[in-house]
Amino acid sequence: MLDNCTLCGSCINVCRYNALSIERAMIPLEDLKKFEGIIIWGELENKSGQLQFKKVVYELLGKALELNKELNEQISVAVLGPPGISALIDELFYYGTDIVYLCEHELLEDFSNDGYTTVFTSLIIDKKPSIVLYGATIKGRELAPRIAARLNLGLTADCTGLSINKQKQLVQTRPAFGGNIMASILSPYTRPQMATVRPNTFSKVKSKQSKKGIIEKISVKLEKQSIRTKIIEEISSKTESINIEDADILISVGRGIGSKENIKLVHELAQELKGTVSSSRALVELGWTKHPIQVGQSGKTISPKLYIALGISGAIQHLVGMQTSDIIIAINSDPEAPIFKVADFGIIGDLFEIIPQFLKLCRKNKESSL
Amino acid sequence: MKIIVTIKQVPEANKVAVNPETGTLIREGVESILNPFCEYALDMAVKLKIQNPDLNVEIIVISMGPPQAKYALIRCLELGADKAYLLSDRAFSGSDVWATALTLKEGILKKIGNFDLILAGKQAIDGDTAQVPAELAENLGIPHIYYGFDIKIDKKKINVKKETEKGYKVIEVRLPALVTISKGPSTIRRLPSMKDMIEARKKPLEIINAKSLNMDENKIGLNGSFTQVVKIFSPPTKKAGEIIDGNDSINAAEKLFMFLKEKLIV
Repeated sequence: MLDNCTLCGSCINVCRYNALSIERAMIPLEDLKKFEGIIIWGELENKSGQLQFKKVVYELLGKALELNKELNEQISVAVLGPPGISALIDELFYYGTDIVYLCEHELLEDFSNDGYTTVFTSLIIDKKPSIVLYGATIKGRELAPRIAARLNLGLTADCTGLSINKQKQLVQTRPAFGGNIMASILSPYTRPQMATVRPNTFSKVKSKQSKKGIIEKISVKLEKQSIRTKIIEEISSKTESINIEDADILISVGRGIGSKENIKLVHELAQELKGTVSSSRALVELGWTKHPIQVGQSGKTISPKLYIALGISGAIQHLVGMQTSDIIIAINSDPEAPIFKVADFGIIGDLFEIIPQFLKLCRKNKESSL
Repeated sequence: MKIIVTIKQVPEANKVAVNPETGTLIREGVESILNPFCEYALDMAVKLKIQNPDLNVEIIVISMGPPQAKYALIRCLELGADKAYLLSDRAFSGSDVWATALTLKEGILKKIGNFDLILAGKQAIDGDTAQVPAELAENLGIPHIYYGFDIKIDKKKINVKKETEKGYKVIEVRLPALVTISKGPSTIRRLPSMKDMIEARKKPLEIINAKSLNMDENKIGLNGSFTQVVKIFSPPTKKAGEIIDGNDSINAAEKLFMFLKEKLIV
């Protein structure tokens, strides 16, 4: 029985009497070098009924390719999910993946901390990577610390920068104090070095012309009892198909819009610019917009190519959620609005006058180019 | 029923800056507050206590932090907590996620013992990491659910409404469990009354040092941390953008159009 033990720790979950424990000894420093390679969590999402990899997986691969110039090791992606997902993985090879570790099991169909931690932990113990990266998504932020605690590992959350130093250590840089300071962090004593990375921070890089890579099927041992949470129901809000984290252009609306009806104007602008509408917290609280499209500390952190803030004053809680956008445009009637401090282009004025004029210009431009 | 709420005192985030010469944090004059998400977690505990009078709910708040973190705990006692523990010792300072989660675990097991539910804020507004609760849950061997915004107790189980990227899920879990709270109950919170403040002073608040937790000194604080901060610095400042007067809306719209055209967006 013990011969089959992978030290994944799932038995500890099942035992209700705290009778089991695993003593994990610290790794002697000279053994740290034995850990090699980068594993990325290939997080899947269900987009209108179809499973696909989250954008952040490709962004992590892009970064891994860059890190690998210093390391020259293997880049692998751990894909956990229900049976039948192997068809999805070809795409990964174009973006720099050397090996895909395919972990299929019925119990991995729905994400659970218990199930995913158990399987991923076994994989890490088996493969001994030197770096494991996760998207700092809702799921990544739950999963990574659970694995870190089970394996006694350092973990740096929500990184916006990663590099390799002269000692071949992973330098993990992250914002703190609402983005007012940056901190660079090492995990000198533990392997793998683990980090979650903020989506929309790195760019995806297509590195290969052909799909050539290895798929290694991992035999997954998972018991139903080791998953202690049960999904009773799942409610999708109407705005479900819109994921503002994935949008390249966001038109964001705040209290300055005045009324719920006026939001129509913002949708018109979004349509013209092929953008997506997002919102400040104030409008969600008024019930004019829904929480899934809220930008900011208690909503989503986004980093689109273009962010247009309409009637948003820009409280710090809002700024921390959007200030890494490539281009920021703000229209606000209050010249003192903090949003202007982060704007690349700002107009102090009445959005109800400026936006219709702007839409006219866009339409005229289109006609003349026809 | 025992509900533990883990608490963090944080500096008001928007006031912290880096001294450009020394590269250290300037904390002077920065006020500390109870982390807003921890306050939501406490509100949730209070709501569960009110909703389930038959369960005899006791709300215990626990924090690891400097001596002044006691004021955040006093605030919790004013807002409805029954008992508070502060794990405070110079030896704890410099703790990263791992060392913090381990210290909290020892504090909970050695001072509180059995419990039914742990509530935590979804993240602290200074570090924003959201990693301690999951590590604490793993250390205690209990399941965790992140981003809860409503909880119903059903005997030995709870149903948690959890935010997802698309909406929400209802998740059932057997107690004991840990839930992090992303939004407070929709009831409007009252400010503590003078009576609450006086009552709070009578409630037990115990300050616990490293020695009384009997922890290996290599496992706490900076020594017990697996991550090391090697550098802090100010984020690169963005160069100031162009701000124009929009009184002449036609002109402003044209300038906006040209700006976007330059960026190849229109």
